[in-house]
Amino acid sequence: MKKEFEPVIVAFCCHYCAYTAADMAGSMRLSYPPNVKIIRVPCTGKVDAIHIMRALQKGADGVYVAGCLEGDCHFKNGNIKAARRVKYVKQILDEIGIGRDRLEMITMSAGMGGRFAQTATEFTDKIRALGPNPTKRASIDELQEATG
Amino acid sequence: MITAERKPMEEIIACVKPYQRILLIGCNECVTVCAAGGRKEVGMLSSALQMAFMQAGKTLEIKELTLERQCDPEYIEELVGYIDHVDAVLSMACGCGVQEIARRFKDKHVYPAVNTKFMGASERQGMWAERCQGCGDCVLGITGGICPIARCSKRLLNGPCGGSGNGKCEISPDVDCAWQLIWDRLKALGMEDRYEEIMEAKDWRTSRDGGPRRIIREDLA
Repeated sequence: MKKEFEPVIVAFCCHYCAYTAADMAGSMRLSYPPNVKIIRVPCTGKVDAIHIMRALQKGADGVYVAGCLEGDCHFKNGNIKAARRVKYVKQILDEIGIGRDRLEMITMSAGMGGRFAQTATEFTDKIRALGPNPTKRASIDELQEATG
Repeated sequence: MITAERKPMEEIIACVKPYQRILLIGCNECVTVCAAGGRKEVGMLSSALQMAFMQAGKTLEIKELTLERQCDPEYIEELVGYIDHVDAVLSMACGCGVQEIARRFKDKHVYPAVNTKFMGASERQGMWAERCQGCGDCVLGITGGICPIARCSKRLLNGPCGGSGNGKCEISPDVDCAWQLIWDRLKALGMEDRYEEIMEAKDWRTSRDGGPRRIIREDLA
């Protein structure tokens, strides 16, 4: 029986907003897909382009960076810098055929538990529809050929 | 500094396609400062190339290395231990670095990963602009510290031309008229008389017109 594809999503979440919002989602008893693996960062400004690239290279099917709403960054403008880096990496992903849609920048406040659960669900659905990370596709094809 | 920009991925991928093991070398000097070929960019390019290969079901083994400088033989020598284990070298340094590696390792295929652009300065974070063309006979002392060779589109020595309007050059509203800048600065410094002096035709033999240039310091050589 063919197993349905379940994507691995890496979410870089700012300690001051999205990470707390995820906590809030838990307190509110809101569920979100277990596909989302959260990495807590002190600020999304700490997320370097290479962190995103390595996540995708090592097998993540999608990555999103979740930071504070514009103007609310605890460190003044880390979220703005993160958004610029996300845009830059999206261009590279397009250039190498991975596609920009596997990466997103999302903003929210610490109180938005509902938004956290909703965006986690929406992003997971989007990546599920896109299918596995193309870097893995070659090895999946090989495996399927070998096993018939 | 010497500025550079990464080549399009498509071009870089086409260069390294025939190989299984490459040495990807960054440079800690100018290209690090202009964010084109330092340690960070080496990491990014390495990751991007490996992903591009993985999609095709192939693997590309990349040894990442960033030298202090690629334009000095002392630092190039550090590659000796690695060079025999790779099929090709991809350099993220300016054209000088790429050539030095090619000169030292004559039987190795060497490719540039960046396009070397110009000698420039940082205008603000993430923006670099041309400031010097290395003409070999500096006139900045006469022109108020603003170079008409590098910053005037026509390299006029006695400007401005008719294409100057509202302080901008006719080629683009984003380009300042160098001669407007020169005049403004000379005026601010009370050195208007300098502007009245007609500069004679420049001897371009000190520039590229004299062929490839070389500096020899007898006390050091």
